[in-house]
Amino acid sequence: MNMLVCIKQVPDTTEIRIDPVKNTLIRDGVPSIVNPFDAYALEAAARIKDKDPSSKVVLLSMGPDQAKNALKECLAVGGDKAYLVCDRAVAGSDTLATSYILSCAIKKLEELEGKFDIIFCGKQAIDGDTAQVGPEIAEHLNLPQVTYALEVFNEDGKIKVKKEAEEGCEVIGIKAPCVITVTKPAFDPRYPTIKTKMAANRAEIAMLCADDMPSMDRERIGLKGSPTKVKKTFTPPVKSGGVKIHEDDSAATAKKLFDMLVADGII
Amino acid sequence: MEAKTKDLWVFIETSEDGSAKNVGLELLSTGRGLADKQGGKLVGIVIGSSIDSAVKSATAYGADTVIAVDGSEYRHYTTDAYAKAIYTLVEKYGPTSILIGATNTGRDLGPRLSCRLRTGLTADCTQLAIDEESGNVAWTRPAFGGNLMATILCPDHRPQIGTVRPGVFKKGTPDESRTAEVIKEDIHVAPEEIRTELLEVIKEAAGEIVDLEGAEIIVSGGRGVGGPEGFKPIRELAEVLGATVGASRAAVDAGWIAHSHQVGQTGKTVGPKIYIACGISGAIQHIAGMSSSKIIIAINKDETAPIFNVADYGVVGDLFQILPILTEEIKKHKA
Repeated sequence: MNMLVCIKQVPDTTEIRIDPVKNTLIRDGVPSIVNPFDAYALEAAARIKDKDPSSKVVLLSMGPDQAKNALKECLAVGGDKAYLVCDRAVAGSDTLATSYILSCAIKKLEELEGKFDIIFCGKQAIDGDTAQVGPEIAEHLNLPQVTYALEVFNEDGKIKVKKEAEEGCEVIGIKAPCVITVTKPAFDPRYPTIKTKMAANRAEIAMLCADDMPSMDRERIGLKGSPTKVKKTFTPPVKSGGVKIHEDDSAATAKKLFDMLVADGII
Repeated sequence: MEAKTKDLWVFIETSEDGSAKNVGLELLSTGRGLADKQGGKLVGIVIGSSIDSAVKSATAYGADTVIAVDGSEYRHYTTDAYAKAIYTLVEKYGPTSILIGATNTGRDLGPRLSCRLRTGLTADCTQLAIDEESGNVAWTRPAFGGNLMATILCPDHRPQIGTVRPGVFKKGTPDESRTAEVIKEDIHVAPEEIRTELLEVIKEAAGEIVDLEGAEIIVSGGRGVGGPEGFKPIRELAEVLGATVGASRAAVDAGWIAHSHQVGQTGKTVGPKIYIACGISGAIQHIAGMSSSKIIIAINKDETAPIFNVADYGVVGDLFQILPILTEEIKKHKA
């Protein structure tokens, strides 16, 4: 199997705090990490490769130069080769423009690395939480898709995807080439070894700029190519007016809570 | 694409039995105000198999027009069939805005559709309004794990599309005597155009269907429950309330309960009428997944737990002592 995994470097949203005075996000000092859902997607690809060692896992990211670090981390846990789309012209892209750029990059990579059987993405990135880029890549490339995948199996070239559904799970059959977006599975992604980490640190990340993709329509990228515009951002209002219930003993606390819920018409 | 009308569409998701799912009906109630401000009709889009019941619900919950696409190929959702059907409808009728529920299905379909139309899509909105200056839909959504809210416009492309978080807007009161214009569209998708195949459905273990998104009440446990057996008092309270059991990531990662119960950024985003958080400290990722609940009750030993910042009722104490008493009181009250 020839597989591509899309990787986004994101700020660790668990570390983001709100400035209590200015009411803005404090991003300084927030570590950048590999989007966790992308790590799950890479693990799904790596598991296919474990069973079929002739497989190849190519990584693709778009972002500033420092996104190389995220790609290096991924090279240490299953990636074979990594490409970074890095160009001022792509800055400010919304999901439609981003997915268009990535689809152009994928076409370019297929000239270099051969056709991909599966293009993996994380279900969503934890900074934007849109879950749109994966399906949009599939649409640009006119490929079938499965979203919310938990596990992916390659059975003699037939791809089976166990996916999260509203009432449990479904197993979906899909033919290559296809796009699969991965949610949190029941297992953790593998850890790097010292050896894979050292090799990844030495690895060259291949850079792609807009000019490397001559067929890419410049009208469809960056801010200009983005149909959605951010009008404003604000921090969510803190809920106020909550009551604390803390009596001397649990029985009294429970009783008071119950009485209040009844009095307020909640129960 | 140019809009041909000022109409606002609501995609009404259907179940396999042809009934309407709640989220579409919720969107009709909020869609009403938006459609009136846009000066167009409120149109329900019903795609499915044997969907008379869903068409009736869409009418009763306020649609002026219902466009129905009925066919056996739509009985179970597939990306290819649904994207083709709704794309064909948009091309024909040219609505100005489309609301889609931000369920697994809606978030699979939405980007596929918006990309085919080369228009903008705003994901997982929690507030909707009409921007006074421009008349566009102002889509407001959380980002950065709920740390930031962003209001998005799609000024120059039509239709403007958003997926909307289930449970945020409440269903209106159905009026069975309402009538709507019902347009039946015959759109069929050949089997070879559907490039995925449903091989197997694995339901949750007997009786354990976890419908967090549709739940009116959720009782959730976190690290404070201490182990799998710690969910016992939570399940008991859930049972007397007719509630669904949820969990924080800490409890799921510890293996105490299945991931299908997880509420939060890497689990489900919920908006029930009542959310009871037991032994959950309130990491921002958890809060992002439940802060749109109408009433939040938090029970935690640690008085400084951040969950209390979002709680309407902050109960400081031991959940193992408080929950059984609360459960008993509610039982007596209901009897």
